[in-house]
Amino acid sequence: MSTEDTLLYLDGVSVSFDGFRALNRLSLVIEPGEMRAIIGPNGAGKTTMMDVITGKTRPDTGTILFEGRTDLTSLREPAIANLGIGRKFQRPTVFEMHTVWDNLELSLKAPRRPLKTLTYSATREDRARIEEILDITRLSPRRDRPAGSLSHGEKQWLEIGMLLAQDPKLLLVDEPVAGMTDAETEQTAHLLKDIAGKHSVIVVEHDMVFVRELGVKVTVLHEGSVLAEGSLDTVSANKQVIDVYLGR
Amino acid sequence: MLTRFFLMGLDKKAGVLLTVLAVLAVAVPVMALGTAPDSPWHLSTHTVALLGKYLCFALLALSLDLVWGFVGILSLGHAAFFTLGGYAMGMYLMRQIGSRGMYGNADLPDFMVFLNWTELPWYWHGFDQFWFAAIMVMLVPGLLAFAFGWFAFRSRVTGVYLSIITQALTFALMLAFFRNDMGFGGNNGLTDFKEILGFDIQAASTRVGLFVATVAALAVGYILASAVVASKLGKVLIAVRDAESRVRFLGYETDRYKLFAWTLSACMAGVAGALYVPQVGIINPSEFSPASSIEAVIWVAVGGRGTLAGPVLGAVLVNFGKSYFTAALPELWLFALGGLFVLVTLFLPKGILGLAAQLRDRLPARATVSAKPADQKGV
Amino acid sequence: MHRAFCWLLAAFLALAAPASFAADLAPLVRGLGAGSYAETEKAIAGLAETGDPAVVPVIEALQAGDLHVRKADGAVVVAKRAGNGYALTDPLTGAALGEADRNAVEKIRINNALRRTISATLGALTLMSPDANTRRQAAEAVFKSRDANALDALNTALAKETDARVRRAMTQARASVLLAGDAPDADKIAAVEVLQERGDQDARALLNGAANTGSDAVKDAAKKAIASVEQRLALWGAAQNLWYGLSLGSVLLLAAIGLAVTFGVMGVINMAHGEMVMIGAYATFLVQEAFRQWAPGLFDFSILVALPVAFLVSGAVGVAIERSVIRWLYGRPLETLLATWGLSLALQQAVRSIFGPTNREVGAPSWMSGAFELGGLTITYGRLWIVVFAFLVFGALLVALRKTWFGLSIRAVTQNRSMANAMGIRTARVDALTFGLGSGIAGLAGVALSQIDNVSPNLGQGYIIDSFMVVVFGGVGNLWGTLVGALALGGVNKFLEPYAGAVLGKILVLIFIILFIQRRPRGLFALKGRAVEA
Repeated sequence: MSTEDTLLYLDGVSVSFDGFRALNRLSLVIEPGEMRAIIGPNGAGKTTMMDVITGKTRPDTGTILFEGRTDLTSLREPAIANLGIGRKFQRPTVFEMHTVWDNLELSLKAPRRPLKTLTYSATREDRARIEEILDITRLSPRRDRPAGSLSHGEKQWLEIGMLLAQDPKLLLVDEPVAGMTDAETEQTAHLLKDIAGKHSVIVVEHDMVFVRELGVKVTVLHEGSVLAEGSLDTVSANKQVIDVYLGR
Repeated sequence: MLTRFFLMGLDKKAGVLLTVLAVLAVAVPVMALGTAPDSPWHLSTHTVALLGKYLCFALLALSLDLVWGFVGILSLGHAAFFTLGGYAMGMYLMRQIGSRGMYGNADLPDFMVFLNWTELPWYWHGFDQFWFAAIMVMLVPGLLAFAFGWFAFRSRVTGVYLSIITQALTFALMLAFFRNDMGFGGNNGLTDFKEILGFDIQAASTRVGLFVATVAALAVGYILASAVVASKLGKVLIAVRDAESRVRFLGYETDRYKLFAWTLSACMAGVAGALYVPQVGIINPSEFSPASSIEAVIWVAVGGRGTLAGPVLGAVLVNFGKSYFTAALPELWLFALGGLFVLVTLFLPKGILGLAAQLRDRLPARATVSAKPADQKGV
Repeated sequence: MHRAFCWLLAAFLALAAPASFAADLAPLVRGLGAGSYAETEKAIAGLAETGDPAVVPVIEALQAGDLHVRKADGAVVVAKRAGNGYALTDPLTGAALGEADRNAVEKIRINNALRRTISATLGALTLMSPDANTRRQAAEAVFKSRDANALDALNTALAKETDARVRRAMTQARASVLLAGDAPDADKIAAVEVLQERGDQDARALLNGAANTGSDAVKDAAKKAIASVEQRLALWGAAQNLWYGLSLGSVLLLAAIGLAVTFGVMGVINMAHGEMVMIGAYATFLVQEAFRQWAPGLFDFSILVALPVAFLVSGAVGVAIERSVIRWLYGRPLETLLATWGLSLALQQAVRSIFGPTNREVGAPSWMSGAFELGGLTITYGRLWIVVFAFLVFGALLVALRKTWFGLSIRAVTQNRSMANAMGIRTARVDALTFGLGSGIAGLAGVALSQIDNVSPNLGQGYIIDSFMVVVFGGVGNLWGTLVGALALGGVNKFLEPYAGAVLGKILVLIFIILFIQRRPRGLFALKGRAVEA
């Protein structure tokens, strides 16, 4: 397989903070349309990996290519987002003072330059798309409420809805079911699986039930590099993985 | 298209405010010029100038609120933009004095003759034309804000750090303008103006004209700010205020949004300063002092930041209080002002208008939202 | 020629037996009033010949224009104005001679030629003075005047001189005279060497003259010497700047170090910090007043007593501010900034209402006044003590934060408030005391600043922006950063001053910091990593 066919290509990426190596020659490949689950103990570098991909943190060494050609290491966050990489944070971050509708409108794929937004007014298609996402995320009744007044689960869903509105090629989803009830967890898994058809998704999660629910290829991170890769059953049987993560 | 853009931001509060301004624009000229001096309805030129001054401060407060209330940038240096606009207007007024100065030099202002300068410095050229000065009133503060903001926002200086360097900026300007070599009149600044656009600057009718111009500028500034805030750009700005990094991950270059609001705000402050100078008759470097910038911040806080009508109300109220106190109980003014800072931050985080809104709709759900102040994200 | 001969004679006689001529002074003095300039000059020469130190006051009086002739008897007298007339005294003995009407005396007039003779005579006479200091000053005077007439006197004096310092001064004076006159090249080159060794501004001025006028050999020697002198001057100039920089830096350090605690450790923006300094200065004033009133003899110790008083007073005000205002605003730095600004206004007005708006007099104890010279440096004791004090306070704070239980609690609360709370640290108390500590240190700064600045209600205002600059520049949360920041900004400021002037220098420093913050938003010694963003 050549690099050009990959959606995301990480090779030998290292990051250290004051001597602490958060990522240690991490290499990872995501193909178009693929959904990947990333698991690993605390401090394995999961969040740092997302930071590096989305431009929040600059790697000390290593290559990160998007669609086999665009070097992400030299770009800033907005540029990377506009390439088609969306991110959902561990702690749900929505714009609390804005209504649910406005949150989605801000995320909607549209010109991002200040003067364009100054004169922007939503077209019929834009409205239809927002309605659609409200339906998918079951937030229609809440559309005019400030996002700050939503419950924790609703905020998680709104953020996923915002990702949908962005229509990225690659979604990075950090612990989407943290703090959710079992029923919500199951719904979220379905939602993500739906999305995965059209987009590539990287999910970071601790919840093994949820990962099993997703039923996709799993990468285990440990101390900033890949420890094992394969189906959940394969990695669960891996002795090293059991030692550092699952066994305890 | 343009009309729709300007009208879309106007709400009920805007209606009230614009009506008040319209009434002022009619009533003040009538009361100042159309009544006999001994009539109880008569307004002296002094009062007209005082009211005009309040409204200039209101425009400054409005511009400050645009960046503090809606983008979360607490500027402790907005007086710099105000004063630069004032100096640009002051330079025009100085050139209008012509040979009527003490030394009777047609080209050089008195202070330059006094310093034995023989020709006008290059940066004074063009200021004999009103149109040129009018452009500079917005261009100079705008350019300074653009340059400053471009560097500051790009390198992600935020929160108190940004506040402190804006303070350093205005402090540096103050020191610079105190120097005689700068060619802006040093300590004394620019004063002894004679006329503006050919009208005697002391005349009652000119004062009324300046007042009406200030009312108009405030109204235009208010409508413009409302339109900006109500647009999608305004929503991005609020989003930047509440969760800037999230906005970046949505693909918005937040630096450019902040720069837009920051520069626009500086231009508005410049206009406020330009209208202020002919009405008070002097501009000097002490206007640059960090204290005056911080005083402007309290006007916004008192009225209610994040609401456009609040700062206008706050500026007028606080300055009315200042005029009253400094005349009646000068010893107590700083206690009152200091106390105001403490009380507003402790008990009125959303200002008078925010308090009013809270009292009006005490829905439990709404209360949880408004309990989260905008800049809780910390340093 | 004639005069030179006279001088030679005078010097010679002066060496021989000056005292024996004392009795004959009176007629010589009378000769001063003879009439023409030429006669006066002759009389001066006659007096100089005696070499008697008693002549000095007479010639000084002549120089000052106090010497008059009494018309009645032609006696030469010193006449000083008293009421409408003159009080007369004898120029030699100083005995009072009664009063005289203005018209009864006539001033002995002198012209420029005479003035030169007079000063040269005085120079030669004082070169022989029994007092070493007077001799040295005389030599310095000759060095400055470069009077060729003094050369012979100088040579004679030099031969007799035993005091090493005076000898050096005389040698330099001789070199100065030789270089200015028309001595042989060998002498001039030797003189150049002497001046090169002296190596100050005056020496450079003399050498510059020689480099332009002398023969080629002298010119070359002078040019080399100038280069060497300039190097030396630059070195001392740099050292002086370094000292000024260190001095300013230590003042900045004192003002900023308390802020480093409240802002750096607690994350609280205290705009009233300057007022804590001001309160410390006023506490010093009050302590000194108490000493003046009840124990004036112990005044030298008042500063030492003021230190703990200022620390406690400012610290107590700080604790009160923290408990009443700041504790409600944790996590809202911009609000804290505004509230503390309000407090600073109120505190200023309070002090203005109590003590009045004018400066208050704070005296310096004797051990802090005066100055000493160190090579080409002039160092005042006051500044020296402030430098020492600033470093002591810094060291003490460092130890307090690192080694004490209180310091440990502060660091624990800073790093993880809820965990510290769970472990039984009373976080509210630690907050209050930390803020009190920062304010107390500001009070200590106030004691030091009362020595070099005006104690007025606005004292603090002058330091608040600079202190913030130091803390931000050095890196928040890092005491060493504050130290480096203060010294660096102090140094840069003082190095810029000679080129740009004080105000422009300050503006440049501010612009530099603004640009620096753009490059490194978290200062010189920033914490890195994820912890910062949390």
